[in-house]
Order: sequence, then C-alpha cells, then structure tokens
Amino acid sequence: MNETIGTIIIIIGVLFDAIGCIGLVKLPDVYNRLQAATKCVTLGTCGIMFGIFIYSGFTSLGIKALVAIPLIFLTSPTAAHALARGAHLFGVKLWKKSVVDRYREDKESNQND
Amino acid sequence: MRRIVLFIIAFILWLLLTWTLNWQHLLVGVIVAIFVALLFGNMFVEEPRKFFQIKRYFWFLVYIPLFLWECLKANFDVAYRVLHPKMPIKPGIVKVKTGLKSEVARTMLANSITMTPGTLSVDIDGQYLYIHWIYVRATEVEEASRMIVSKFEPLLARIFD
Amino acid sequence: MNTLIIILIILCYLCLYRAWRGPTIPDRMVAIDILGILVVGICALLAITTGRDFLIDIALAWIFLSFIGTLALAKYLSGRKFDE
Repeated sequence: MNETIGTIIIIIGVLFDAIGCIGLVKLPDVYNRLQAATKCVTLGTCGIMFGIFIYSGFTSLGIKALVAIPLIFLTSPTAAHALARGAHLFGVKLWKKSVVDRYREDKESNQND
Repeated sequence: MRRIVLFIIAFILWLLLTWTLNWQHLLVGVIVAIFVALLFGNMFVEEPRKFFQIKRYFWFLVYIPLFLWECLKANFDVAYRVLHPKMPIKPGIVKVKTGLKSEVARTMLANSITMTPGTLSVDIDGQYLYIHWIYVRATEVEEASRMIVSKFEPLLARIFD
Repeated sequence: MNTLIIILIILCYLCLYRAWRGPTIPDRMVAIDILGILVVGICALLAITTGRDFLIDIALAWIFLSFIGTLALAKYLSGRKFDE
C-alpha cells in the first residue's frame, strides 16, 4: 500500500521535472528559463524525495530523503537569485518583448548621479 | 549562546542522518557538533534567543501549508505557460517594497517569492526587492507590492522579526 | 521504477542540449544548475531501486556541491571577489 502511494508521488515528481526541462528548452530568455526550471525542478525533486520517504517508511533511507527536502528548498531558490543577479550584472538583456525593467533604470540613474 | 543553539541544531541533524542510538555514533556526533559550534558559532544568526520563543514555531507551522499551496499553484502556472502553444508570457522586472527588518526574514521572503507563481527575485537593495515577473500585471511600486509581497509579509514578520 | 530513471536521464539530455546551444554564458550555467538537481533525483531513485543506502548520501552531498558551484559561478559572472 505504502509502496503504491510512494510510486504515485514519485511519478508526479518526475512529471514536474519534465515540465521544467521542457520550459528550459522552450522559453525565450535566461530569466524566463530560470523561473520555469527552478520552480518545477525544485518541487519535482522534492516530490521524488517525499515519495521515497513514503515508500521506505521510517528507515535510515527514508529519514535521509526527508532531511533532503528542506535542504533543496533552501539552496535551490538561493542559487536562482545568484544566477539571475549575476546574469543581469553580466549584461544579459531581457527578452525583446519585455514590458519594463526597473532594475536597469535604477542602476542607470545611480550612475548619472 | 549562539554556539549552544548551533550545537543543538547540528546534533539533531546528526541524529536524523545516522538514525540509530548506538553509543559510539552518539559520541562521534557530540564531538563533531562541538567542533562545528566552535568553528562557525560567530557566523550564525544575530539573535539566537528567537529560537526559544514557542510562538514562532506555531506561526511556522501555519506558514508551511500556505507555502506548499503557493508552490503547487506556481507549478501548474508554469506548466500552463510552457505547454500552451502561443506561450502567454509578458516578462519584466518590477520593484517592490518590504517592511521586514532582519536579514533572515528578507532572505526567506526572497525565497518564498521565487517559489510563488510567476515571480523570481533578482536583487535586494535595502527595503526594495527587484523581481522578475513572467506576466507583468502592475508596474508601479505600491500595486506590485500589494500583489506579490502582502501574502507572506505578515506571517514572516511574526516568524522571523 | 527503471522507466522513471530512464525518463530522468532523457531530461538530463535536454539540459545538456541547452548547455550546448545556449546563446550566452548564463544560459549554460542555468542548465548546469538544473542538471545538478536532476542528478540528485536520479541518485535517490537508484538508492531504492538497487537497495543500497549509500547512494542517498551521495545525493545529499551533491545538493551542496551543486549549490556551492553555482554560487561561485554567479560570483564570477557579477565580477566580484569571492569573499565579498
């Protein structure tokens, strides 16, 4: 019974991973790719870990999988900010149909002062 | 004080990772946790007495389901935008204002914003956060703040400030 | 379970495609970051398929290695020193 529920959760996690990777290939610029990939792959991998916890119960393996969930939730968005900020400072422009870029406006007004 | 808190956290993490009560494992765990606490105690959080206020843990338990629900909504939102053949996206970077004081609270706010539908925090500058929004609905500071930040801010202020 | 591992490996190839084609350097870095998290999932699935517990330790270590590597690359992108 536990194994069935665990397998279903793992399958859902792999599906979210798949959506994230399709987004990584399909979306137009760095920031959009980073959004899709970070959200979906983080939740997908956490789903896999939680499925493993349900699958194997309170054994050493299951507890380690459970410990991995908060670690992924803390590290993955932080890496995403660092990459987005680095990409902006590196000079990557937003997609050509973007609406507004307050960050660049503020940086340019700071330089003019 | 900081070192004691860090020692407790490191020891609990060790217990979870080994998942046994053999005395040899416990002895090695105590030694390693003391070592970690001595080395990294001065880099730890600013006000360790917040760890002993029970109220904060209660609000943290309230915060977790809200966060997971937003996270699931975010994933279905991304799935819709990626799998739709025309890709309904209208990206841009907006600026929002937050009233949170401590650095831990701001970090958690930025992490929460990254996991909510369609937003990704890019940089933080004092009270202002710069946020990449995949479908921009408001470009002014106040309106964007109301739409993005206000969901999490009261809870995070109760937990971390 | 084997099918799921094969699907994840195909997803790794999608990431590698982005790392190969990516027009700018940050694109490649995003692809490598995501590849790291996917490998964590593969290691965890291998741990319950083969029944060997040490593979999930590798997954736990890989989370931190991928995180630190991404932070170092992002610092390099923004042109700062590593201790700032």
